Amino acid sequence: MSTRIDAKFAELKAQGRPGFVSYIMSGDPNMDTSLEILKGLPAAGADIIELGMCFTDPMADGVAIQLAAQRALKGGQTLPKTLEMVQEFRKEDRDTPLILMGYYNPIYIYGVDRFLAAAKAAGVDGLIVVDLPPEEDDELCIPANEAGMNFIRLATPTTDEARLPAVLSNTSGFVYYVSITGITGAASATQSNVEAAVARLKKFTDLPIAVGFGINTPEQIREIGTVADAAVVGSAIVRQIENNLDDDGNPKPGLVDAVLEFTKTLSQGVR
Amino acid sequence: MSTPNSFKTGPDERGLFGIFGGRFVAETLMPLILDLEREWGAAKSDSAFWEEFNMLARDYVGRPSPLYLAERLTEELGGAKIYFKRDELNHTGAHKINNCLGQILLARRMGKTRIIAETGAGQHGVATATVCALFGLPCTVYMGATDVERQAPNVFRMRLLGAEIIPVTSGSGTLKDAMNEALRDWVTNVEDTFYIIGTAAGPHPYPAMVRDFQSVIGTEAKAQMMEREGRLPDSLVACIGGGSNALGLFHPFLDDTDVRIIGVEAGGHGLEGDEHAASLTGGKPGVLHGNRTYLLQDDDGQIIEGHSISAGLDYPGIGPEHSWLRDIGRVEYVYATDKEALEAFQLCCRTEGIIPALEPSHALSHVAKIAPELPKDHIMIMNMCGRGDKDIFTVAKHLGFDMADVMGETTQ
Repeated sequence: MSTRIDAKFAELKAQGRPGFVSYIMSGDPNMDTSLEILKGLPAAGADIIELGMCFTDPMADGVAIQLAAQRALKGGQTLPKTLEMVQEFRKEDRDTPLILMGYYNPIYIYGVDRFLAAAKAAGVDGLIVVDLPPEEDDELCIPANEAGMNFIRLATPTTDEARLPAVLSNTSGFVYYVSITGITGAASATQSNVEAAVARLKKFTDLPIAVGFGINTPEQIREIGTVADAAVVGSAIVRQIENNLDDDGNPKPGLVDAVLEFTKTLSQGVR
Repeated sequence: MSTPNSFKTGPDERGLFGIFGGRFVAETLMPLILDLEREWGAAKSDSAFWEEFNMLARDYVGRPSPLYLAERLTEELGGAKIYFKRDELNHTGAHKINNCLGQILLARRMGKTRIIAETGAGQHGVATATVCALFGLPCTVYMGATDVERQAPNVFRMRLLGAEIIPVTSGSGTLKDAMNEALRDWVTNVEDTFYIIGTAAGPHPYPAMVRDFQSVIGTEAKAQMMEREGRLPDSLVACIGGGSNALGLFHPFLDDTDVRIIGVEAGGHGLEGDEHAASLTGGKPGVLHGNRTYLLQDDDGQIIEGHSISAGLDYPGIGPEHSWLRDIGRVEYVYATDKEALEAFQLCCRTEGIIPALEPSHALSHVAKIAPELPKDHIMIMNMCGRGDKDIFTVAKHLGFDMADVMGETTQ
């Protein structure tokens, strides 16, 4: 298994603070800009990075990430290019855990074994694949584990206690708790619900729990950080990219700085 | 691949037909899918459930639909004896209602109080809105913004029936995006909502469940044919978008291996370019909308928009059971182009006095291709799965008939 994710959570524990997980879509709005943002995320306070793999049909994502995927696709982003970005990132950063997040079909078409080898070589630490529940573990989860890659599972408010053991099996690194029934970037959960849900998960696993969906501000991050091991922000960061495009969809000067500045502000929620 | 003892045993407990099907959904939906599978399993063996289904199928939908010998068409083509299974005579004008009726009975049984659906051409949306009106349940239909514009009459029908129509602008604004949006709604409203999927695709148990509701078509056709001709037909032909009307006709005949079975996909402008919707003949296996199946996609696994003159066929995927039947060789899959479908559409109007939907016009086009070469004692059933009222605007446009200037046309 990846030592980077485990090492990061151990480090956070030693520092006595929760972690901040930031998400961007690879290739949004184009590969160069996206790579520049990616390289800047650790200095902007990201403890862990989730890098989205674009897909034409992101059925669990809200508008912000749907549009990000469309921008990336329009910019010519592909799975091999995403792996190339990770490779570039790893030339400068050996420590920040990087997780690829997306949907199964592009991986399936690339070829599971070929993908795992390429991702591992590029420096990917873990995978979150939204449309692969435990019932489909044979597809990618088990091969990923065998390849020494963390397969991070989503647990949701609909995952009841009877189902939790299945959801937690074969998972490693951390557990991603989706705090609402819904899509990314939509409503926010209430703190008491999150607290109860994390407590329930902790009964079943010793893995760190990261909480995501509907988190937009440093204050929300701070609150989540009092009950969970990390907070995940995606749509809010991606919207900063959207807000810094000109009418033709090209990045305005200062886009990268604006996105990283926003990320830095968010990261104050865990510091 | 070895030939199974029966072609009718699938799917397995994981929802697989060979390698196709499965449950590729977000975790939030997984408990709902499992719940649905349990409830469907119970309903399937509950005679009271089927009594209600059969009663409504008879009194409300108008089943059984006739098996009709198309004599003039048979004569015109000069070969095989052609029967139509007339599901276009159903209430709402297509086979879609068979499935909607079954699913809404299941939704009620599960205590769900809100119905959602996706629709392309609007036929499934209309059928869903219809059964929702019948049972007094609120109905939300997701429809691609492009389709909302193309299919205005069906949008109005759904409104009249009390449904809320949400135009989907994400992605390319067509059927696959409407399905994404319906899935997003479902993931958000898990407690009270039942998602009525319109074709034999999606996560298990939908493909098998929709097939079982549509199998009423083939079961009736088999009995009607035995009564009429005293034997099974030699061949079956049906059009395929997602493939529910075809599976409905085919499934009861799968183990009658002397019956030749042909599915006709939408060839659009031809299979040379991307302008078609023939997933089986022009696509490759991939994972979308909860199942593994043949998909139109590029080398990066990104889904390509289907094209067909028929809005009901331009879906980039296909039901997983068809993918399996293709690979195992039990069913032949061919395609008909837009142009061929238009010609068959007119042939049917002229020889039979039946205005077919553009979807079965694809099937009819293949019938017209093969029937002349077949002997006169060859019996063929084609599924006339929908009527063409909804398509007259599209057809008029393609034939250069100006609807706004009818006087000018009729006096020529």
